[in-house]
Amino acid sequence: MAEKSKNGQSRILEAKGMTKRFEGLVAVDSLDFHIPEGAIASIIGPNGAGKTTFFNCITGFYEIDEGEILFNGSRLHGRSPDQIARAGISRTYQNIRLFSNMSAIENIMVGQEPHLKSTWIGAILGLPSTREEDEHTEDRARELLRFVGLEGKGDMLSKNLSYGDQRRLEIGRALASKPKLILLDEPTAGMNPRETIETTDFIRRLRDEIGITIVLIEHDMRVVMDISEHITVLDYGRKIAEGLPADIQTNSDVIEAYLGRGAAAATAAN
Amino acid sequence: MDLLRSQASRTVLALGLLSGAFILFTGAVGMIAAFHDREVVDRFISLGQLLLLMAPFVTSYYVAGRLDEHGGAPPRILAAGLVVGLLTALPSVVLLLFNSDEFRFLLFLVLRLAPFVAASAIAWQRHQAGAEIQAVLGIWLLVAVLVGIVTFSFALIFEIKGDLRSVLVNIDRDWVDVITFDNRKDLPLGIATFGLASIGAGFAGSVLYLMPAVPRRALIYGLGITTLVGAFGETARLILQENVDSDTLREIFRRDTLRQNAALALFIISTAAGFLWAMYGSKVRENIGNIDSSSRRRLNFIGLVIFVAFMLLLPWLIGRTLSDVAVTIGIFVLMGLGLNIAIGLAGLLDLGYLTNYAVGAYILAVLTSIGPLGLFKGTFTFWMVIPLALLAAMFAGFIFAVPVLRMRGDYLAIATLGFGEIIGKLAISDWLKPLIGGAQGVQAIPKPIFFGAELKNPEQLYYIVLVASLVCLFVSIRLNNSRTGRQWMAIREDEDVATAMGIDTARAKLLAFTLSAATGGVAGAIFAAKVGTVFPNSFTVFISINVLSLIIVGGIASNPGIVVGAIVLIGMPELLREFSEFRFLLYGALLILMMIKRPQGLIPSKIVTHEHQSGVKAKLAAE
Repeated sequence: MAEKSKNGQSRILEAKGMTKRFEGLVAVDSLDFHIPEGAIASIIGPNGAGKTTFFNCITGFYEIDEGEILFNGSRLHGRSPDQIARAGISRTYQNIRLFSNMSAIENIMVGQEPHLKSTWIGAILGLPSTREEDEHTEDRARELLRFVGLEGKGDMLSKNLSYGDQRRLEIGRALASKPKLILLDEPTAGMNPRETIETTDFIRRLRDEIGITIVLIEHDMRVVMDISEHITVLDYGRKIAEGLPADIQTNSDVIEAYLGRGAAAATAAN
Repeated sequence: MDLLRSQASRTVLALGLLSGAFILFTGAVGMIAAFHDREVVDRFISLGQLLLLMAPFVTSYYVAGRLDEHGGAPPRILAAGLVVGLLTALPSVVLLLFNSDEFRFLLFLVLRLAPFVAASAIAWQRHQAGAEIQAVLGIWLLVAVLVGIVTFSFALIFEIKGDLRSVLVNIDRDWVDVITFDNRKDLPLGIATFGLASIGAGFAGSVLYLMPAVPRRALIYGLGITTLVGAFGETARLILQENVDSDTLREIFRRDTLRQNAALALFIISTAAGFLWAMYGSKVRENIGNIDSSSRRRLNFIGLVIFVAFMLLLPWLIGRTLSDVAVTIGIFVLMGLGLNIAIGLAGLLDLGYLTNYAVGAYILAVLTSIGPLGLFKGTFTFWMVIPLALLAAMFAGFIFAVPVLRMRGDYLAIATLGFGEIIGKLAISDWLKPLIGGAQGVQAIPKPIFFGAELKNPEQLYYIVLVASLVCLFVSIRLNNSRTGRQWMAIREDEDVATAMGIDTARAKLLAFTLSAATGGVAGAIFAAKVGTVFPNSFTVFISINVLSLIIVGGIASNPGIVVGAIVLIGMPELLREFSEFRFLLYGALLILMMIKRPQGLIPSKIVTHEHQSGVKAKLAAE
């Protein structure tokens, strides 16, 4: 079973010495990372620090070169992306990647894939079980549309939705698989302050109401400091700091990574 | 100069000359002369002449639209029509005059002087713009040499050959006859007739554009229908022949051409019908939109019954010759529906579809043939082998799909293209000759027997294709609206994300390839039974290309689109057999035009609604 962390909660995701190289470039360098179930954790760092690579390794898009990734205590690395999705991890993307020529509701229906059982033969024959499942899928998709605030827009092609709606739909699609862990890659990128606050509240609701564990990559420090319970800072693929938001804010290594040595010295002097 | 610089004038000039170039080009490849042999209306106008007049007519209609967008007033639009007509005739008239000595002298002079004039003009412009003297001289030299190479080589060719006919073999007496409206002897009169006709057609185009909407639409219907019936006179006569007695037929047609009176009557009737539709059509549609759902269901049902009855009676309405065409179209519809599963639904660009078609055809040939290569000499019947052909093609599709599962987009296309070539080479190889007869192929394939009756005519084979197509249509509609269909769509849109959603993409792609292949196999088997012989020449890469094109022209992932695409791309060339040499030219032109003007296809696919219950569910409830 899952290892227990200090405060008694089980670790839902754990990476040990995880390393990913691209032809000599070390994108993620022997990273240790873990997150307790039901937490909201953030990964921050300058551009090119290896944050999205880290996500891609967890979801099986990349094979890691060294180390291991455990999900609820069982091995995740070496499994294919669809198996990982079925295990209960889903994600959104930095640059929105919806199925753009499918309608919004169809996107969510595809998101439910891990729980569907009907077969193509059932579809051709129009078996009652297949029809029932299809109807159930549609009903759930409608519910999720409502949950992410897209009621009435379900039959629009997703590429015709506004930017904010597309972000919301992507989260809705990620929720459709009833994940235990969701990875959000810059969920508030490109949003205005009001939308950012709405999204932040929405993310908190996901955890509080549904109980999903959330890891997010985010550049907006107000969002990060506001909702994270735990922050990991990456720079050049290495973990340079981790801890509570308050600790990170005053950490000189972090300030140096973001602003350079001089700024770090100045902050320390203050 | 100001006039030339304005956007509107440039549009008129460019499109007018384009239309002129079109006429010149179609003349130079011999299309106009060939089309002249088919009369559209008896002793009135031929298809070649119609082509000559359609170009300025359509162009000026289009130009009028462009000018109207930019706020051109009616007098300007009418003037533009005249100019377009003139410009359309111009290039052909120049070519027509070429055979006179004075003109040739003039042309040589132009060709010789052109490089110097062009170079001086450009150099002068650079000089005005303040370029240094060395740069100006350099540009002069460069332009003079470049243009000189082109014009001097033209002049040389003309001088050596002397006669233009040896350069452009199709600019012959026949061409002159069509262009001059049969005034070859009196060239000035001929040129005047052609010029005036072209200008008139251009003018008519802009007049048509300026008409109020209702008469304009009525006229477009009238002209369109009359032209279509006239151009496909042979087809129209074959259809009428089945339903009208021979005396009436003789009143309407002289051999395969529409008589003048009949054409006039047809024009009046179709214009009147068009008029009524333009007046009340929108109201009718509105009323249909307003009726409640139960009556609508009844209406849909009546529509379906009429459609089914029409499809069932079709062979008896159109006769044997056209039924044969219908069977060919049907085989391609079947293949189109099959390939659409891979391309349209799952986004797998498969250029080796011919593989499945060939496997189906050869399996049927070898298993049922009563000739020397038949393995069982008639023990196996058509009906027993169809499922085997289906399974064999599925198996072939599966085998070929496994190595390409990881490939995407263009790589997949090239790999599948390779498989198609392999099958073509295998069919003709010595290695398989003892089994499938090499270049001679397999002969003596018996026709299907249905409850003791041999289905030997195209009218009867038609039903086999119809049933097979309907089954395939049913399957692809059911799959498209299912979990499997949504998996395919997701893979088509973004394969990486589809995997991350938990879709086993390898499995879904294998299924798409295999089902697609099954349909191709059945189409191949029906083809083999229809023709009675199977040999490698029937299986060229053009089969794959044809099927792909009809899907794209009809509208990707659109089932009605596939039927329309097959009728346009397969049916039309069959009906215009006498122009077969221009088939691929028209084919190519149509594809280019479609991709520019209507990339979504003739009948684009519709979005299925899920959030609001009106869509699929309403239909399911009606079934």
